[in-house]
Amino acid sequence: MRRTFLGMPATAPAGVGHLRGEEPFPAAARRALGDAQLRRNLGHATATIRAKSAGVIGEVPDWEQLRAAGSAIKADVMARLPELLEQLEDRVTAAGGVVHWAVDAIEANAIVVDLVRATGSDRVIKVKSMVTQEIGLNEALESAGIAPVETDLAELIVQLGEDRPSHILVPAIHRSRAEIREIFLRAMPGVDPALTDEPAVLAAAARRFLRQTFLATPVAVSGANFAVAQTGTLAVVESEGNGRMCLTLPQTLITVMGVEKVVPTWRDLEVFLQLLPRASTGERMNPYTSMWTGVTPGDGPQVFHLVLLDNGRSAVLADEVGRQALHCIRCSACLNVCPVYERTGGHAYGSVYPGPIGAVLSPQLTGVADNASLPYASSLCGTCYDACPVKINIPELLVHLRDQAPHPRGESAAMAAAAYAMDHPALYAAAQRATRLSRLAGRRGRGLPPPLSGWTAGRDLPEAPAQTFRQWWTQR
Amino acid sequence: MRIALFVTCLADTLFPEAARATVRLLERLGHEVVFPPGQTCCGQMHVNTGYQAQAVPLVRRHVRVFDPYDVVVAPSGSCVGSVRHQHAMVARRAGDVRLASRAESVAARTFELSELLVDVLGVTDVGAFFPHRVTYHPTCHSLRMLRVADRPVRLLRAVRGLDLVELPAAEQCCGFGGTFAVKNADTSMAMLADKMRHVVSTGAEVCAAGDASCLMHIGGGLSRSGAGVRTVHLAEILASTDQGESAGERDELVVRS
Repeated sequence: MRRTFLGMPATAPAGVGHLRGEEPFPAAARRALGDAQLRRNLGHATATIRAKSAGVIGEVPDWEQLRAAGSAIKADVMARLPELLEQLEDRVTAAGGVVHWAVDAIEANAIVVDLVRATGSDRVIKVKSMVTQEIGLNEALESAGIAPVETDLAELIVQLGEDRPSHILVPAIHRSRAEIREIFLRAMPGVDPALTDEPAVLAAAARRFLRQTFLATPVAVSGANFAVAQTGTLAVVESEGNGRMCLTLPQTLITVMGVEKVVPTWRDLEVFLQLLPRASTGERMNPYTSMWTGVTPGDGPQVFHLVLLDNGRSAVLADEVGRQALHCIRCSACLNVCPVYERTGGHAYGSVYPGPIGAVLSPQLTGVADNASLPYASSLCGTCYDACPVKINIPELLVHLRDQAPHPRGESAAMAAAAYAMDHPALYAAAQRATRLSRLAGRRGRGLPPPLSGWTAGRDLPEAPAQTFRQWWTQR
Repeated sequence: MRIALFVTCLADTLFPEAARATVRLLERLGHEVVFPPGQTCCGQMHVNTGYQAQAVPLVRRHVRVFDPYDVVVAPSGSCVGSVRHQHAMVARRAGDVRLASRAESVAARTFELSELLVDVLGVTDVGAFFPHRVTYHPTCHSLRMLRVADRPVRLLRAVRGLDLVELPAAEQCCGFGGTFAVKNADTSMAMLADKMRHVVSTGAEVCAAGDASCLMHIGGGLSRSGAGVRTVHLAEILASTDQGESAGERDELVVRS
């Protein structure tokens, strides 16, 4: 039964899906920072993607205009989302598809499980999709006795490794070739025991395994990169061709899509299909762009279901500043340029949405209290804003969310005292002179209590000068 | 020109040499520097830590103190960034539209030091002499909030005797980030470790930047590691001459053990 809510829309429910971490970011980050293999894998991979992406973006003379257009289209979508979604529903239905509305992860999982059960299949093939990771669809299918098989190579590595994705685009970015070989040998059915760690050999092993699965599975589940309200067309972009197989071979296709993915017209795709591959994989054009509109008799899946998911998105939309996080096209450029992500990797963020965009999206979807450490997981250096192909002002959002986060009591008291002193110049000058007492903190400040000891663990404190500037000025 | 100095709370309290150098430099170039004594802090720490409501009186104070002046300068990209990109927003969210528009007006007259020199005063050779091997770290807020671009580097290139060496991965954050350095101390240190490695790799004896905060962070790490590289504010280098005014009026520079 559908819940009826009054007032503010609900956030994503706890206990289902993967939007909440088990520990705060600083603690999870500390562990990740100590993993030398992870640091090396991440440093190498992010530097490679950064360079590749920068190269192909540099070729586009109107990149800034494209970014502005992408941003404007998304702002328009958010301003009239209900109307566009109803238009999409009409068009999809008219083209022979069935549209379902899911208020949250629980409802979406139940809809998909029921749809798969109705086909009688005990297995589904999956196109890489962030939204099904968000709602924990694989776990829901497994507990209903249905085996989900990830067909994107990196997602397959994560699935076989009983691991979690750590990057939006390259979910196994934290794994090296040698680690992938070990995972395949351990968990891939029918794998050649003489497998080497050559990329081509690993890809061929996955290809053999997946080919059988593609041909023998009658149901596929996908996400969507875009949905065109004007025509009812869904679009998935990918690099490996596994998506094309999933979207064309099975009898039944079930697509789960966050409501923010709708765009008004077919023409709008020209903007995003230029922005996304260059910002994302560093390609001029992604190798596979699959588009479909409802069902076509005798061609492709003959049954098509579209599940429109809210799961906290209406709550994000209700925040005038925060709503720009819904503009995200999941390119992951902000992850690749982020100095924090590059060092901690994605798992430290807890949520399936890591990096700068995750730090602003996850807390909004769950409510800030459930992801209170994420808005602080940034030095506000601003590289994410410059890299974002739809110009999401992530630093502004981080600061906005910090204002909503619950604060430690001691910190609140210190901040209040500081604000009071700073609004009273005489008191302020006295407090400045008191920094001379900082020698009480011991040599190099090593005697400071937490949380200030976090500074002095690796850095010396400056010694307070004999005179503040204003003392010097008045005596000048 | 009559220029009001927005000293910033950090330079005022812990790094007065950067502020004194700003005064010396501008006076040497023939300008009048005034110091409005009612100034304290721009409120960036409160805003960036999640205490916007408490920043409102600080924004109001800043606007009231600096509104009477045609030109305001600060030896900090970060604090100018706060004035330019946060003050009006804080005022608007507090429902004070009038304060927001006054804040925008003050922000339009407020410049980071390299912006003031190059854009307002039209000078890149300030007549400085600094015979040292220097590498320059462009701080995030000067680079990406203010877009000062190569202005500081153009100023440094014109300094006589100065051997400017390029810093690898210069545009990456040093890991300071205000309270980030305390709340996420381990991640901050990992970022700092890379920054220090790059600084040391240049063989420079001095790491320069336009923000005392980032220099406090980088300098604190270099000092602790015993790398033998000192951190010096851009203003101090530009204020140095061959007439005996050298960067750093104290025995040791900026970060001491």
